[in-house]
Parts: sequence; C-alpha cells; structure tokens
Amino acid sequence: MAKKLAIIASKGTLDWAYPPFILASTAAALDYEVQIFFTFYGLTLLKKDLDGVKISPLGNPAMPMPVPMPNLIQMLPGMESMATMMMKQKMKDKGVASLEELRSLCQEAGVKLIACQMTVDLFDFKKEDFIDGIEFGGAATFFEFAGEADVSLFI
Amino acid sequence: MEFDKELDARGLNCPLPILRVKKALAELAGSKVLKVVATDAGSVKDFQAFCKQTGNDLLDSGENNGEYTFFIRKRA
Repeated sequence: MAKKLAIIASKGTLDWAYPPFILASTAAALDYEVQIFFTFYGLTLLKKDLDGVKISPLGNPAMPMPVPMPNLIQMLPGMESMATMMMKQKMKDKGVASLEELRSLCQEAGVKLIACQMTVDLFDFKKEDFIDGIEFGGAATFFEFAGEADVSLFI
Repeated sequence: MEFDKELDARGLNCPLPILRVKKALAELAGSKVLKVVATDAGSVKDFQAFCKQTGNDLLDSGENNGEYTFFIRKRA
C-alpha cells in the first residue's frame, strides 16, 4: 500500500508557501498518497490569483538582503512589493519553480487539496476565488487521512 | 551508455528535476533506460533517494563541468 503524507499549510507568505507544495509534489513523485489541509493564512495559497502571496524582510532578520536595511526603512510603503519582486526574480534566475507551477504539478500528481471551511467563513472568502479541483472540509476531514498517515507535517 | 530517452533538466532546481524524471519515466516502458542531464548539485543525492524509494535502477551517474548525468533503468 502507498505511504501517506498529511500536511497542514497554515502560512500565506511567499517563503512559507513553498515547503508544502515542494514536499507534496515530491512525495507524490515517490508514490505517496498526499493531502494538504489549508487553514488560516494558508488558504491564500489556494486562490486563483496568487499575487497576494508576498514576502517581507520586516521582522525577519534571517532574510538575506543585498544591502543591510534597518526596520524603519523596511516599513515604508512599497518595500514589501519590492522585496517580493526581487525574491521572485531571484527564484526565476535560479530555476526555482513558480508557486503556480508547483501547485498545478501537485494537482496533476493527484495531491488532494483541502480548504478549511471554518477559515473560508471566518474571512468571508468566496468559493469562486479559489482554484478548481479542491475540496472543503474541517478538522475531522484532516484526521480521517492524517490518522493513517506515515508522515504528518504542520507548516 | 545506451539509453532510450533523454531528459534535459539543466537549469532546473529542486524539486523540478525529480518531478520531470517521474513524468519521463511514466512515458517509458519497463526496463527502458532514461538519460538525465541536470545542473542542480542536490540532484546527485536526490536521484539516489528517488530511485531507492521508487524501485527504479540508477545504473550510472557522473559529473562534468557542473553538469550531472544519470542513467536510470525503469523498473520492469
């Protein structure tokens, strides 16, 4: 029987968006059965439009910057968009897949994507804002799969 | 070494080389050999791990000028 990987994706920034999709697509390539449960800010990763997925150096001292930048500068308007643009360009230069590409590779490989219904209600998200082919469910839905999973990750 | 199909994974970074190999192997008949060329330094360990876990046979691998070449025989 295939091994199972259960992931909870709870974060919606560009850096934290990658691990769930990288691990899920790779596990699927290794013949795992995979489910990702998207909750809270992680739900952003299921939107059709991923432009809202950004990165900020603010409050993240570990983020490598071309020039050291004090927090006071980082909080200026436009800095977040600039950091996001720079990161995306760097990823492209280094041959790192875009989020959109990784996400559709996951779907092609049969990774099941589940949106947390409670979060959808909480943030008044509209179902039509999300990509096709996903399911909606709650914590019990996650445990139905995770309870039998060989690997479970909270990201 | 003789091969039946070649995959160019140069310029791609983790996990794309593995995902492309998976797809290329799916299009290949059992026991056929896939040649892969990659530039991702992590692919050396990753292809070993991939083959070990999926039951495919990593016949040979080598490095030349930052390009890594792998020969994978699809499991029968």
